[in-house]
Amino acid sequence: MTDRGVAVTGIGIISSIGETVEENLQALLAGKQGLSRIANFPTRLQEHIWVGEIKRTNEELSDSLGLSLPHAFTRTALLGAHAARQAVESAKLQEIHDLQTGFISSTSVGGMDYTERYGPTYLNSPEWHRYIPSHPAGDSSHKIAQHLGIKGLVTTVSTACSSAANAMMMGARLIRSGRLDRVIVGGTDALSKFTINGFHTLMILSDAPCQPFDKHRKGLNLGEGAAYLVLESEESVQRQGKHVLAYLAGYGNANDAFHQTASSENGEGAFLAMQKALMIAQLTPQDIDYVNVHGTATLNNDLSEGRAMQRLFKDDVPLFSSTKPFTGHTLAAAGAMEAVYSILALQQNVVPPNLHFNTPMEELDLIPETTLRHRSLSHVLSNSFGFGGNCSSLIFSKA
Amino acid sequence: MKKNVFINGIGAVTTQGVWRAAFFSEARVLDHAITSAEQPSYNGLISPGAIRRMSRGMKMGIYAAQQALAEASVTIPGAIVTGTGLGCSADSDKFLRSLWENEEQFLTPTSFIQSTHNTVAAQIALQWQCKGYNITHVNGAISFESALLDTLLLLQTGEEEHVLLGGVDEVAEQTYTFLQAAGDIKADGIQETVKNSVSPGVNYAEGAHFFSVGASKTASSYAEIIDITLQNELEVSETTSFLKDFLTTNDLRPGDLDAVILGYNGDEQDDLFYSAVQQTLPSATPLYYKHLSGQFDSCSAFGLAAAAFILKYQTVPPVLYWNEKNPAKTAWKNILLYNQYKGKDHSLVVVRAC
Amino acid sequence: MTALKEELKRQIIEVLNLEDITPADIQDDEALFGEGLGLDSIDALELIVLMDKTYGIKLSDPKKGRDIFQSIETMATYISENRTK
Repeated sequence: MTDRGVAVTGIGIISSIGETVEENLQALLAGKQGLSRIANFPTRLQEHIWVGEIKRTNEELSDSLGLSLPHAFTRTALLGAHAARQAVESAKLQEIHDLQTGFISSTSVGGMDYTERYGPTYLNSPEWHRYIPSHPAGDSSHKIAQHLGIKGLVTTVSTACSSAANAMMMGARLIRSGRLDRVIVGGTDALSKFTINGFHTLMILSDAPCQPFDKHRKGLNLGEGAAYLVLESEESVQRQGKHVLAYLAGYGNANDAFHQTASSENGEGAFLAMQKALMIAQLTPQDIDYVNVHGTATLNNDLSEGRAMQRLFKDDVPLFSSTKPFTGHTLAAAGAMEAVYSILALQQNVVPPNLHFNTPMEELDLIPETTLRHRSLSHVLSNSFGFGGNCSSLIFSKA
Repeated sequence: MKKNVFINGIGAVTTQGVWRAAFFSEARVLDHAITSAEQPSYNGLISPGAIRRMSRGMKMGIYAAQQALAEASVTIPGAIVTGTGLGCSADSDKFLRSLWENEEQFLTPTSFIQSTHNTVAAQIALQWQCKGYNITHVNGAISFESALLDTLLLLQTGEEEHVLLGGVDEVAEQTYTFLQAAGDIKADGIQETVKNSVSPGVNYAEGAHFFSVGASKTASSYAEIIDITLQNELEVSETTSFLKDFLTTNDLRPGDLDAVILGYNGDEQDDLFYSAVQQTLPSATPLYYKHLSGQFDSCSAFGLAAAAFILKYQTVPPVLYWNEKNPAKTAWKNILLYNQYKGKDHSLVVVRAC
Repeated sequence: MTALKEELKRQIIEVLNLEDITPADIQDDEALFGEGLGLDSIDALELIVLMDKTYGIKLSDPKKGRDIFQSIETMATYISENRTK
C-alpha cells in the first residue's frame, strides 16, 4: 500500500439534487437546492417541514432497476441499488467476480418505511408478509449485493448519522489489511415517518430551508438518498490499469462520550476523529484545503463542530461548507453522499457553497463559503457525526 | 507482521443466566418459542438516572461489558465494537406503536433516540468514558461476526491494544410477533427443543455477550482467535469449498480441528448446512449451543463463549455434545465455529488454545 | 392548585420512569433539572409532550421550557394560566 491511501475507482449517487453523479455535480455548481415539501407519503408534518425528497415513486425506482415483480425491496434498498449500480458502472467493473469484491453498506432506517406502512396489517393478513424479513438493516445490503451479483463479504454498519463514513472506513481497512482487493462502500436511507417524527420530537427540524453555521439557524431538514464508492487496492489498480478518481487517504472515528444525542460543548469527539484521520493520512491540519462539514444546522451540532475545527485548525480554518442545504440530512447515507461531493470538489477544484448563510454565529469566528469558489484542492476533509457521540472524519486526496 | 489476538475476559446475560463458572453445568435446554434472558440485578452498576430509560438490551449489554472488562482487568477499552441484528427493537417498537396509535401526535423523544442500532455501544462509551473507536455492525446472522472481523483488524494491525467486542439482541414483543407471523419463530405454546423440532420455525431468545479482546496473552486468557471469514450466501453444496478455502488460508487441515461448533437450530433447511459441514470434518467432535442460547442474530457469540470455555478449561461440558457417543479426547486445541441463517450470512471462525 | 401539583408529580414520575421516587419526595419549589431532581434535556422534551397531550399547551421553543420547568411550582402556575384542556 502506498502512502496515498486507498484508491476510489467508482462513484454513484442518487439524491434530491440528482439521480446521477453528473446531475448532482451540475446542481452543486449551479447552487440549485433540492428541498421541497414531502410528496411521496402523507404525513401530518407535511406543511411544517422541508425535505430533500427524491421525486420518484418506489415503482419507478423498481422499474428503472429492471426488478421483476413481486419483490421485497424497500425504498432504502431501491435507492441503494440505484446508486451502487452506478458506482460499479463508473468503475468499469467488467466481471465482478474477477477479484475478491466485498460490499459494506450502511443504513439507519433499513426497512422501516415498509414496516410503518404495512406493519398494522401483518397480524391480520399475509398480503405484505414478504416485507417482514426486509425490516432489519442488513436486508437492504443483501438485496443490493444480490442485484450487483456480489458473492462474498457483505455486511452493514449502523451508527446513526455517521454510518456511511464508518462503512467506508471499514472498507478501507479491509483493503489495507489485504483481506479484500476491492470493496463497494457507502450508505442508503429513505425518508420515513419514523425518522421525520423522531427528529420532530427532538425539536430540531427547521420549518424553513436549513442554514448551517448561521446565527439564526433553526435546525435541520431531513433528506433521502444513497451513495457508494468503489475502493480498490493499489495492486488491483495497477494490474487493471484503472483510472483513479481520488484516494481515501485518512479516516478516524471517535466517541464524544458526552450525551446520548447532544455533542459536547468543545466538540471533543469531532476533534479526536479529525485528528485521527490526519494521522492516518500522514497530513497536518494545514494540508486540508476544504472541509465538507457535517453542518446539520442544529444549534448544538454547528457550535460543537465549529469549536472542534477551531481547536484543530487554530486561526487557520480552511474553506468550509455544509452541503446539507442542497440535499437535506440523509442520515446514514450522508457520509457517502458527502464523500462523493468531496471527490467532485477535488476533481473540479471547486468548493460548493453553504446555501442560506447570512449571519455569523456570535460564539465562533467562522464563516462558511457562501458562493461557489474555484480553488485548487489537494486534500478534502469530510465530517459525519451521529447520535451516541459517534464522530467520523474522512480525508480524500487528489488522484 | 500480524499480531495475535486473545480473548481475555467474557461477560454474558443470557437465557442461562449470567456468565459464571457453572454456566454450562447448570444450563437447561430451551423448549419455548420465545425465551427471555434471566436478568441479573443492575443495582450499583447503572445509576438510577440512567437506568430509568434503558431497555433490556442496553442493561444486558452494560452488565456483560462490565463482566468482560473486569475479568480481563481492563479499565477503559481502546475501542468498542458491537454487533446486533435488530438493534434496540424494544424502543423502536415503542416509537412505531405510538406513531400508529396517535397518528403522529404526542410522540416522545426517548424511544426514538434509543431506537438507533448503536445505542448499546454508545451507552457503554458513556458509562466507561471511552472516547475511542465505536462501531456497531448490523447484518443478520453475521452482525456479531462482522464486529469480530473489525476487532481482528484493529488488533492484528496494532491499531488497538484492547477492544471490547460484543453482541446484543433483545426480545421485543411486536418485532418477535411479526417474526412469528412470518414463520421464523415457532408459534406460542409449542414445546420443542432443537433436537426434537418438527413444527416450522425455531426457538428464539435474546442475550448480550461481551468479550474483552487483547493483543497480549494474560493470566485470564481463554483462547486465541485465529481468523474469520464471512460470506453473504451459499448453497449447501458450496459449503465444503467455502470451508476448505478457509482452512487452506490458515494452514489448517480438517484433521487439525478437534471440535466444530455448529449452529443447529432445529430448522430442517438450516440444519442441512450444518450437517454438510459436519460430514466434511469427520474427525472433529460436533458440538452445538442454540438449544441453550436460542436463536437470535447475535446468538453465535454464545458459541464463541463456549469455544473459549472449552479451550481454557480443556473440557467439553456434556450438554454441548451433538452426538450421544463421542470419542474420548484429552486435549482440545483448534475449534471451528460455523454459523449461518436461512442460507445467508455464513461465518467461519477458528479459535485455538493458548 | 394543590391538586394540580400532585397530579403533575405523579405524571412526571410516570412519564420519566422515575423509579424509587414518590410524589412526596418532590418538593414544590425544588429544581427539577440539574442539582434537584436531576432531569436533563431529553426529559425536558418529554415534559413538552406532556404539556401538549394533557393540558393542550404547545411549546415550540425548547428554551422556553427551561423557565416553565424550573419547579413543580412554576409548572403548575404556567399550566393553570395557559391550559386549554
